[in-house]
Amino acid sequence: MTGSSYLELLRLTAPEILVALTGFLVLVLDLTFLRRAALAFRFRTAIVVACIGCVLALLVLERGSAQGTLPAGMLVVNSLTQLIQMALLALAILVLLWAGGARFTTHVGEYCALILFATTAMMLLVSTQNLLVIFITIEFLSLSLYILTGFDKDSAQSAEAALKYFLFGGMSAGILLFGMSLLYGISGSIALQAIAAAVNASPGDPMLTLAMVMLLVGFGFKIAAAPFHMWAPEVYQGAPTASAALVASSSKVASFFALFLVFYLGLMPAAGSAAWGHSSAGWAPLIAILAVASMLWGNLAAIAQTSVRRVLAYSAIGHAGYMLIALVTHSPESLTALVYYVFTYALATVGAFGVLAALEEEKVDSIADFAGLGKRAPGLSFCLLIFLLSLAGIPPLAGFAGKFYVFVAALEIPDHFGLLWLVLLALVMSVVSFYYYLKILKQAYVSEPKPGAAVIRVPVATRVALWTAAALVVILGCLPDMLLNRIAAAVAGAFQ
Amino acid sequence: MLAWTIYLSFLGAVVVTFTPGKNPTIARVTALLTALAGLGIAIVAIMHADRSGQVITIVRTPWISRLGIEYHLAADGISLILVLLTGIAAVAGILFSWNVELRVKDFFALYLVLIGAVYGVFLSFDLFLLFVFYEIAIIPKYFLIAIWGSTRREYAAMKLVLYSFAGSALVLAGMIAAYCVAGQRSVSFEVLAHFPFPVHFQMWAFPMVFVGFAVLAGMWPFHTWAPTGHAAAPTAASMLLAGVVMKLGAYGCLRVAMMLFPRGLDPWGFRVLGFGSWQQVFAGLALIGIIYGATIALVQKDLKFVVGYSSVSHMGFVLLGLMTLNQIGLAGAVYQMFSHGIIAGLLFAVVGRMVYDRTHTRDLQELSRIPLGRLIPFAAVTFVLASMASIGLPGFSGFVAELQVLIGSWRSFPWLACIAGVGILIGIAFTWRALQATFLGEADTTAAPQQAMPPITLPERLGACLLLASTIVLGLYPRLLMDLILPSLNGPLFEQLRRGAWR
Repeated sequence: MTGSSYLELLRLTAPEILVALTGFLVLVLDLTFLRRAALAFRFRTAIVVACIGCVLALLVLERGSAQGTLPAGMLVVNSLTQLIQMALLALAILVLLWAGGARFTTHVGEYCALILFATTAMMLLVSTQNLLVIFITIEFLSLSLYILTGFDKDSAQSAEAALKYFLFGGMSAGILLFGMSLLYGISGSIALQAIAAAVNASPGDPMLTLAMVMLLVGFGFKIAAAPFHMWAPEVYQGAPTASAALVASSSKVASFFALFLVFYLGLMPAAGSAAWGHSSAGWAPLIAILAVASMLWGNLAAIAQTSVRRVLAYSAIGHAGYMLIALVTHSPESLTALVYYVFTYALATVGAFGVLAALEEEKVDSIADFAGLGKRAPGLSFCLLIFLLSLAGIPPLAGFAGKFYVFVAALEIPDHFGLLWLVLLALVMSVVSFYYYLKILKQAYVSEPKPGAAVIRVPVATRVALWTAAALVVILGCLPDMLLNRIAAAVAGAFQ
Repeated sequence: MLAWTIYLSFLGAVVVTFTPGKNPTIARVTALLTALAGLGIAIVAIMHADRSGQVITIVRTPWISRLGIEYHLAADGISLILVLLTGIAAVAGILFSWNVELRVKDFFALYLVLIGAVYGVFLSFDLFLLFVFYEIAIIPKYFLIAIWGSTRREYAAMKLVLYSFAGSALVLAGMIAAYCVAGQRSVSFEVLAHFPFPVHFQMWAFPMVFVGFAVLAGMWPFHTWAPTGHAAAPTAASMLLAGVVMKLGAYGCLRVAMMLFPRGLDPWGFRVLGFGSWQQVFAGLALIGIIYGATIALVQKDLKFVVGYSSVSHMGFVLLGLMTLNQIGLAGAVYQMFSHGIIAGLLFAVVGRMVYDRTHTRDLQELSRIPLGRLIPFAAVTFVLASMASIGLPGFSGFVAELQVLIGSWRSFPWLACIAGVGILIGIAFTWRALQATFLGEADTTAAPQQAMPPITLPERLGACLLLASTIVLGLYPRLLMDLILPSLNGPLFEQLRRGAWR
């Protein structure tokens, strides 16, 4: 690499560098000047600094920073990746705000810095088309998330979740790497474009099948698709709320996008088809199996849960199933749909976790603890209503527009409605999902509060952030055009 | 201007939520004024409507341009009369829930959201928009029943909502499929109603969408949400459920399933269990609903369940009328939608508000021991008149409607018409039985001394008069609505239906 391309590298990664530097700044500030300050003050300062960093990075992206490609797809920055990076930053800001009320740790700087580092990793993950960089960024992301999950050192649940997450994650990372090495063996390259060319030459290679299965196992773990979802309920329940929010929202956005890129760009010739009656071997039927398993298991198991966080975890598995339909479809249209879906899904999920974060003091865990929330905190429970109904896919909220578009994209590809069976299954399962979301809302609005339960006070910053998120969910649902056209243009620009 | 029925209702909901102070009267009055405004707009619109069957466009702007979805509100005669029905039911419902004391603001806010969504469904001429309003209506139903309901309310609310949602999932699948098959990047009725969908596609899309909507219309065997839901709901909600929400289902069957996929009604060319087309299958199911609902109503002990099952039976007439596929049958079906909306509202008002709120029982045995006829004569008169309307005596709207449905089905399937006639007879029996037990029975004067009952209040009287007047006026002068229904059925949107299976 020549000197000028290092400059290019710096220019292309300016937002990432900004976020990472902010992470270090937060760390240093907290360990030097704020050592002796009160915990609440330290949290507030760290969060403000971190948020400013994120906002600056957002502005840099919005102003349209440099776009371009480095050799071998090491770094591919275009308006689509920038859009996704902006979403990741916005989610990171929300997650940081949720962390504001946390009192479980004295390592404030480390906690906020890790959130920023994880975000940096995700931003890099979405802007590369190179297997090696994908693997490294996934590991970077995972390591940050493992620590964030186990950050509550006094809680056995948190430690258990982190250990489980780490063990599963380590194993699946190994399998992912194995799959990637097989792909390298087939194609002699780690750039997705070059791999696609090699796969095109010999699409029926049995080694390729093995590689695809292993890649799917690795990514299936990241996106919590059944049957690789075991860690999700533990992490959602045990991890500190802000960490869980990060795992549930932005990590999903980045992983889904990377998964789509790997299969769409690198393995397109071996896609096969999951169409009913016309299926042919390839990764599309494999992913269809994952989608079916996730939709069924996630939604049915969620019914039996008593803990709200576990319900959210299983619903996340179900949603992964819906989103995998977009992957089975694998058209530019379905990528647009997927990006819209995963944005709105992440927004609603991070919002739901925000409500949980606001209830941190109440030690809310089981669904029964939500009894009478509508009276104790009307604003909070209204936000919860919006988020959960959006997750359930009730129009005119954002979740519905996403679902609708994913399904339309699945039926629009010219194979005579071959994917209708998947869409029908998804619709049936969304009826099931409605039941468990409504169960939570029933507690909040129908049941009476426990005697002696006081009105809940929510900090102003949290309240503003929650209302903003809820308003966004409504606006994106009522006027999906704003975001949809932007995504579609970016997708079209990214894959002419 | 008609669009304001929707906006005003939603706006009213917001205003009611934020009405100041503890005084519930402000909330009530606000809600009533909102509903009255809606009704007023509906009446004005009907008076100015031209009787030529043209579709009046109210609003039409691109909405989701990427998918070609429009925000398209419009009305033809059928929409107009159902909007009028919604207006009447809304006003009456608010009058009959004047005595709600628990969380008054929430109650009226949810009620108005439901009303607004219902208006929206009737006025939508873009399938996507229709679906959006259809789903918005589901949520307030749940909370209205689960919070303010009675008997097993949480169970009933959940059941109702899951049935509705399952039905709408079928509709959604049909809508997406229609969108992709047509490939016109539009789900506007104007586009889809003229698009020649392939017959084999219509053959599976039609039953899917029809069943999806018919769940909400109480078609047997998907009716079971209706009696439990009606019985558990608070009075105003059961009035709306039976009066308007079930009509959403029937309206969807006609407007979406039959209008867009008329060839789905064609004969299959083979016979399964004696059925040769979806038309015959659904006519059979409608008939089972008529007989089954009436028979079950005959043996109910709970007065509200009697009315609930009677709704299933009467809605069977709507579906039967739709399946006759001739002009008189279809017109009868639409007329029955209106008529049943009024009459069911009236019956639920008497049962839920006038009787239950005073006696705190709905058990027919216990009611027969209370001399209700003497204690609340106004309720007795209302219930007698409502019963007469319900069993279809001439002079009430029910007669006009059911007669047309019967004539229509006589032309299409004479046998079924005979059996439906039996259904009417059973209807007379169960209505008479309920009437006998509640108001006309010999009160047991030796029993416990009669407790004084609060007199019938002014809002109740006004509500009852409004509904009674509607059913009698429409019974005596059916042309008022028929002049709107018939041109619409002969309008351009139903052209494919007329050309296809129409006889």
